[in-house]
Amino acid sequence: MISRYLFQALDKRAFWVAVALMVFAVLVPLLNLVVPDGHPLHVPDYLVGLLGKYLCYAMLALALDLVWGYCGILSLGHGAFFALGGYAMGMYLMRQIGDRGVYANPVLPDFMVFLNWEKLPWFWYGFDQFWFAMVMVVVVPAVLAFVLGWLAFRSRVTGVYLSIITQAMTYALLLAFFRNDMGFGGNNGLTDFKDILGFSLQSSGTRAVLFALSALALAGTLVLCSLIVRSKLGKVMIAVRDAESRTRFLGYRVEHVKLFAFVLSAMIAGLAGALYVPQVGIINPGEFAPANSIDVVIWTAVGGRGTLIGPIIGAFLVSGGKSYFTAAFPDLWLFALGGLFVIVTLFMPKGVIGLLGQLKGLASKMPRKNADKPLPAKPEAAE
Amino acid sequence: MRQLRKLAVAVLLSFLAAVASTGHGKASDTSLEATISALASAKLKDRGNHIEALAATGDAQVVPFLEALAAGDVYFKKSDKTVFITRKAEGGLQLLDPLSLEEGEVVGSRSLKKVKVNNKLRRLVRGAVAGLTVQSHDAGTRLEAANALYKSQDLEALPLLKAAVAAETDETVKDAQERAIAAITLKNVKASEAERLEALGKFKAQGDQEALALVSSFLPQAKTAAESEAAALAIQSIEKSLAMWDAVENVWYGLSLGSVLLLAAIGLAITFGVMGVINMAHGEMVMLGAYTTFVVQEVIRKSFPGFFEFSLLFALPLAFLVAGGVGLAMERGIIRFLYGRPLETLLATWGVSLILQQAVRTIFGPTNKEVGNPDWMSGAFEIGGLALTANRLWILVFALVVFVVLLMVLKRTHFGLQMRAVTQNRRMAASMGIRTPWVDARTFALGSGIAGMAGVALSQISNVSPNLGQTYIIDSFMVVVFGGVGNLWGTLVGAMTLGVANKFLEPYAGAVLAKILVLVFIILFIQKKPRGLFALKGRAVDL
Repeated sequence: MISRYLFQALDKRAFWVAVALMVFAVLVPLLNLVVPDGHPLHVPDYLVGLLGKYLCYAMLALALDLVWGYCGILSLGHGAFFALGGYAMGMYLMRQIGDRGVYANPVLPDFMVFLNWEKLPWFWYGFDQFWFAMVMVVVVPAVLAFVLGWLAFRSRVTGVYLSIITQAMTYALLLAFFRNDMGFGGNNGLTDFKDILGFSLQSSGTRAVLFALSALALAGTLVLCSLIVRSKLGKVMIAVRDAESRTRFLGYRVEHVKLFAFVLSAMIAGLAGALYVPQVGIINPGEFAPANSIDVVIWTAVGGRGTLIGPIIGAFLVSGGKSYFTAAFPDLWLFALGGLFVIVTLFMPKGVIGLLGQLKGLASKMPRKNADKPLPAKPEAAE
Repeated sequence: MRQLRKLAVAVLLSFLAAVASTGHGKASDTSLEATISALASAKLKDRGNHIEALAATGDAQVVPFLEALAAGDVYFKKSDKTVFITRKAEGGLQLLDPLSLEEGEVVGSRSLKKVKVNNKLRRLVRGAVAGLTVQSHDAGTRLEAANALYKSQDLEALPLLKAAVAAETDETVKDAQERAIAAITLKNVKASEAERLEALGKFKAQGDQEALALVSSFLPQAKTAAESEAAALAIQSIEKSLAMWDAVENVWYGLSLGSVLLLAAIGLAITFGVMGVINMAHGEMVMLGAYTTFVVQEVIRKSFPGFFEFSLLFALPLAFLVAGGVGLAMERGIIRFLYGRPLETLLATWGVSLILQQAVRTIFGPTNKEVGNPDWMSGAFEIGGLALTANRLWILVFALVVFVVLLMVLKRTHFGLQMRAVTQNRRMAASMGIRTPWVDARTFALGSGIAGMAGVALSQISNVSPNLGQTYIIDSFMVVVFGGVGNLWGTLVGAMTLGVANKFLEPYAGAVLAKILVLVFIILFIQKKPRGLFALKGRAVDL
């Protein structure tokens, strides 16, 4: 029943990608845990971790697509929401270490003992409870997104200005989290996690479950975003993207629509960060670096913005490319990434997904019109 | 044979030294030596006379000996009663000639006997040393002596100092001596009220940290009401002047930071104003300028070392051409295909910035490059309580010159007129026959070229590394956002305001927190003025 409803309500492609992700969520852990080592179908532990990381990246890219692809808000600070979610999760994991740290302090994390802190700062209260940490994972990014978005959208800061402001936001947070006085571990961030809900983070069983959860969360958010963009609200979002002033004149509260998309997107990004941290085992201020947030934009752009599944593909392609390049030709990676930025914006405005469409259109036109221009088509002038 | 020659040289040298010292009309070495050896062999109570005799010669040559005597470092050989200054060395004591301080042999302490002194003699020695140095023939020595007395506040040197002040001709030395006298007077219990009040006045005028400490420590010892009142007043006035100099210093540092921001942001502001796009590779243009300076200096060092002083003058136009050329290539090759899509332009220029960074890293290596300062760029001078470094002053001047020149280009040239027209209304300008694509290309090249020149300036105060551009880029974005586009005055005011605000916040909040506060402030500021301080008015801004 429900699946039939979803099938009708969703974009067909999004539906199949969500199904594929769910299969993925079951298959990879099975191949990792059940299939014996040495078997050709065995998925090694490191690959589970790597793919799990990519799934979190994909979720972050999906979150960005919701605001950039559908609302026209180019956020250069989405890494900040991701990192905040990660920090909330990291704080829970820190409290779980308990007295197993180097200084064996039952309450204070090691870095606080090291800095001679007397007691836990107030903003660490409650993080020993899993449910509280999980609430914070989405609430903290949501509050930040709400405040920034409310201020920015209300005074009609748009376009490049907004991008720069979001970049300044993540830069300010980067500087702030580098400070030891902030109480978030300063330079080193939070690390040395032991277990989550009593399960050791080192065991491959826990890691497989985390992987499955990431895949399911990605599938879930994909379904959610897909439902939203196909709803009436989604149509208004697209209208805001294409002609903001006209939408406003038609009587829609543009600020509210944008704020909704921005806050929801921040929450998804926070969730992605929370799933990311236990899988990589560390969260540090480097995640706030403006360059990281811009990388998310390129994932989305490579896959194809405004398609929801494009960013997922893009995140996998670019992150996979990065893993390959930085191992094989470390000097060439930045050339490749920089080139990707230029080529994608110039020749593939709709990304990989759009490229398929472009090729298809080309193939169907070919027989009728021989003199048709080859790719790349001139990018349309209207934004 | 060789030993003989050495001996001859030694004899000749000592002869020359003797001639030289007698030539200056000082007491001859032989008589000094005789007094010194007499001092060593004299009884303890008679040694005072010999010290006075040494002091009476007025020859600064005996100062090290007297100081060593007070410190208990003077010994004589038991065998032949020759006197030496000694220094601890491996295997015993290193012997030094008492006058020439030539190093002699190292002997065991057994063969030596100490020339003892007591406290009375020490005091005598101290006075003699002070007298000798205070009245030395060399102005540098006199100044040092006066400063030393200012710190030690030795009561017994007071008469000597007073005598010296009367005879002093050098202004700086005289000032230092007067300060020393004032410091000693404050300590002196016997000094009269008038003398002390005068001393307090002296410190009030001096108005620095040291004066504050001296007067503060004097305040509880003040004897009369007039004295304590004067002291309190002096403290107040000194604190006021210190606070003022502090503020002046903050303004200066702020202006210096602001000038750097202005240089980095001004090119960004004009490209943003004319084309509505943010060039994320702008920081890399700055970096290219800095590396151009490095290359120019390398070439000059290798081929024309004499021209090093002018290296920056060669580097400036070259940096403009290099960065401007890269900018032009970027505009023609990439950006013109992305018109009307400012967000895509932002991404594409970010890609270019990554490529440029990696290219420089590949060619020059990832480490910092050493860019030298010509002589006229290094050094510092003081105005009141403010130390100005030459390089920062030059950069401030340079930033203002660039600003004025750019203002003239915009206001007085045909190209500037076209630029302003395109900034205000692109379509209308195009309808009037202005070739907007060419205006764009030239604007972009100009903006990039200015960034290159900013790189030359930055290479003088900052590390030249592939990441140089990244350091300043977000700050320059903030300047543009804060100042608004389409008006250079906005950039000037924005850069200087942010620079000064940063430096004023730093003492209270720390450097990092100050930066965060400024960023937060800007985010809040654009609530009030979403288009910056000096926004263009009218429909023109709605591109």
